[in-house]
Amino acid sequence: MDIAEELLKGNRLALSRAITAIENEYEEATDIMKKLYPHTGHAYVLGITGPPGAGKSTLSDKIAREYRAQGKTVGIIAVDPTSPFTGGAILGDRIRMNGLTLDEGVFIRSMGTRGSLGGLSHKTADAVKAMDAFGKDIIIVETVGVGQSEVDIVKAADTTMVVLIPGMGDDIQAIKAGILEIGDLYCINKSDLDGADKLVREINMMLDLDSLMTEWRPPITKVVASQNEGITELLDTVEKHRTHIEGNGQLAERRTKRTREEMLDILSSNIGTYIKGKIVDSGRLDGYVEQIKQHETDPYTVIGQVMDEMLK
Amino acid sequence: MEKKIRVLVAKPGLDGHDRGAKVVARALRDAGFEVIYTGLRQTPEQIAEAALQEDVNVVAMSILSGAHGHLFPKVVDLVRKNGMTDALIIGGGVIPEGDIPALKEAGVSAVFTPGTPTSEVVKYINENVKL
Amino acid sequence: MSNEKIQAELEKYEASVEKAIARFPEREHLPEKRLYTPLDIKDTDYADELSFPGVYPYTRGVQPTMYRGRFWTMRMYAGFSTAEESNKRYRMLIENGATGLSCAFDLPTQIGYDSTDPIAEGEVGKVGVAIDSLADMETLFDQIDLGKVSTSMTINAPASVLLAMYIAVAEKQGVPADQLRGTIQNDILKEYAARGTYIFPPRPSMRLITNIFEYCSKNVPKWNTISISGYHIREAGSTAAQEIAFTIADGIAYCEAAIKAGLKIDDFAGRLSFFWNAHNNVLEEVAKFRASRRIWAKVMKERFHAQNDKSMKLRFHTQTAGSMLTAQQPNNNIVRVALQTAAAVMGGTQSLHTNSRDEALALPTQESVTIALRTQQIVAYESGLADVIDPLAGSYYVEAMTNKIEAEAWDYIKKIDDLGGAVAAIEKGYIQKEIQDSAYKWQMDVESGARTIVGVNKFQMEEEPPKGLLKVDEAVGERQKAKVEAMKAKRDNEAVKAALADLKKACQDENENLMPHILAAVKTYATLGEICNVMREVFGEYEAHVSL
Repeated sequence: MDIAEELLKGNRLALSRAITAIENEYEEATDIMKKLYPHTGHAYVLGITGPPGAGKSTLSDKIAREYRAQGKTVGIIAVDPTSPFTGGAILGDRIRMNGLTLDEGVFIRSMGTRGSLGGLSHKTADAVKAMDAFGKDIIIVETVGVGQSEVDIVKAADTTMVVLIPGMGDDIQAIKAGILEIGDLYCINKSDLDGADKLVREINMMLDLDSLMTEWRPPITKVVASQNEGITELLDTVEKHRTHIEGNGQLAERRTKRTREEMLDILSSNIGTYIKGKIVDSGRLDGYVEQIKQHETDPYTVIGQVMDEMLK
Repeated sequence: MEKKIRVLVAKPGLDGHDRGAKVVARALRDAGFEVIYTGLRQTPEQIAEAALQEDVNVVAMSILSGAHGHLFPKVVDLVRKNGMTDALIIGGGVIPEGDIPALKEAGVSAVFTPGTPTSEVVKYINENVKL
Repeated sequence: MSNEKIQAELEKYEASVEKAIARFPEREHLPEKRLYTPLDIKDTDYADELSFPGVYPYTRGVQPTMYRGRFWTMRMYAGFSTAEESNKRYRMLIENGATGLSCAFDLPTQIGYDSTDPIAEGEVGKVGVAIDSLADMETLFDQIDLGKVSTSMTINAPASVLLAMYIAVAEKQGVPADQLRGTIQNDILKEYAARGTYIFPPRPSMRLITNIFEYCSKNVPKWNTISISGYHIREAGSTAAQEIAFTIADGIAYCEAAIKAGLKIDDFAGRLSFFWNAHNNVLEEVAKFRASRRIWAKVMKERFHAQNDKSMKLRFHTQTAGSMLTAQQPNNNIVRVALQTAAAVMGGTQSLHTNSRDEALALPTQESVTIALRTQQIVAYESGLADVIDPLAGSYYVEAMTNKIEAEAWDYIKKIDDLGGAVAAIEKGYIQKEIQDSAYKWQMDVESGARTIVGVNKFQMEEEPPKGLLKVDEAVGERQKAKVEAMKAKRDNEAVKAALADLKKACQDENENLMPHILAAVKTYATLGEICNVMREVFGEYEAHVSL
């Protein structure tokens, strides 16, 4: 089947196959993306990140239901870590969303981080585009937010929500630095547990310290996702943020910046692949390493030569 | 290219005995597969739709309640109807030998009974999966 | 011999066997020491830790007489297909000398769905009997005198409804509720953690359980209101210490919930009972049973300040380990079950179900069930294992093992306390993860050959496919559906509607005990599904926590 054409006609299997092509870096992926690109730009992308156990999947489930109640269609991309030792992954986020499986207005796709952390952000971004071209109104990208790669993925979002729960103890100290810059919104899940108000105070203190936050002060919303409490209020803050960044031109700015970064990303990834192909597969790298081992030359000289030759 | 075998591990029907399903899920992960685990009490419709959205290469199901004769063929039907003609569909659980021919006839390509080492499941998938 | 002397002799012994034992590398993985001596139990005080049967901390047994009085209750878990079929099997068991009944329900019943519900398709009558309304319950116990028999029902999320039906059937037989003896499993926490047949979220589930405690303490005083179950935790793959630790942690949670609801510990604790697994390792199992009694006694006395001796006694039912039955060479299972039976008896169980040899293949045939029951009778009457009380007490190994399992279990209980108790630990996925890790390790040990399972990874042979397995008639589902429809056409539907509306109101008032309302509803022949749906509407449904 012509994947792009079928996808644009609303064929769900085609959407699924398109994402597989993106994930597996099939050659046809580039062609698919070329055909889909003109049809993108309509969806609003909500990034959800937070530490393991924060209840992100349950939250995504409830948010998706709320959007569905508003008559919007939803795509969800749930990213889980791949084991660095075996290359395998258990992608278990769907369990929390089983109730959405048979809703034709929802499409859920689980992705493993796989080996290439750098490549993941652009794969996710392309998967978002595929869902966008398919016609989803809202696309939720859900990741475990601790490392740089997750922060990169979340950059593909128009609005980024950071989910925390009370009683994480010192964990919050560790992630504070990382989340401070990326959260447009904060969501305190499981806020019926002890310590919810303390957590709100802590986040507020953090936000007070950030002098850059002049125009938009990230709101903090308390929810209990499992009981469906506070979800409407939470989505109100998403809407507010959307209106805010649409009004002051930030959304357009963000998307422009994203396009730039994506292009650079793809470019350097392609160049990297090209150079690697040239010197690794031909066996030249082993030769260089041997020479360096024998102290006949050094890495810096070799790299200079290779760059000169390749980028001529 | 970074092809990975993707497997949906599902428990159709109502039984809650997921020790086997979970052990298999972990073993498949340790074999380098991407395992989408959907948990308990999945209807055949839910399993087929999840298989489609996740574009899996394998649908692996476990039943211990005796409802396999009813539920496995239904899943096969729905998965094929969705256009996933290549996906491998396998099953396991407390399944009497006598029931296996009918299940195979219905399109379940392999049935693993109690005592099967997980390595055998991994081997079967590696040898029979279509990527 | 002084301890110093023993120590010296032990060192000599160890040195002397070192070389010889090194020649058997295949036995190297065994975790326990190879020899136990008085040194291993030198800190175990007889009065504090062992004492006498029927005396705190009950390590040696909960009754003073144990099997010198009566044997344990030989209780065979059974039920399949329709109420008529199961009724026949129950009467056969009673004729054969079974002294208690144990009802297995099919999955739709266990999860509160009627046989007519689309989700029940293919499951009706498969793993147990289908009960849709009081009418089925009447058939199930037809010609069985509920004033004489003690009945155990493996039912959890909808336990309140099935108990109400039982009380209603008894009433029709003319047996007053205060004469009824038996047990409902009613243990929702292990459903979340290991068995999977939950319906409602923890909070309303705990309410239902405490409602039952309260109702029964006043109206059905001889009924065991809960069977706090480690059996399924073990089946899901836990270790022996995890089995009792997680289960006792669940028990603590139930007690705390009941106390919070205003009950006094001694008003309900005497009716709590436990349910353990009898696994393959005989001596470890005996130690486990003994350790569990000691821990519970201490929990009740020190943590809950129980005054009544009854509250401190851990009484338990045992079932042999279903997960240890092999599909290969199924007759070998008879031997496994016999050893497991020996462990349960030497561990002082109050009642026992023995599995049948063919259960890794299908539901058991009548012949297999008879062999399983005979196994208990042989152990009871011929083996001598039941002739003296707590026969392994004083064994250096068994006492040391009892101490060790107890210590491990306390560590877990402490960890669970730190996480906020069993409910919180389950919601965080901690208990599930620990069980799964053990299950995975077991499987990998079997696959690597570190653990031998006869007929599975060693001593295999070519076998003919087994013949004569029990097959549940696929038409059962249709027949049961027709029965439900016919019953619904006959009953007073206005009365049903009114009873369900009343139940709904009661559900919404947290201070109301639901039992009388459920009892009223079942008497109108409202179905199990109708009653549970009312509760689903008010309470919502549980969403599983899975972390692999």
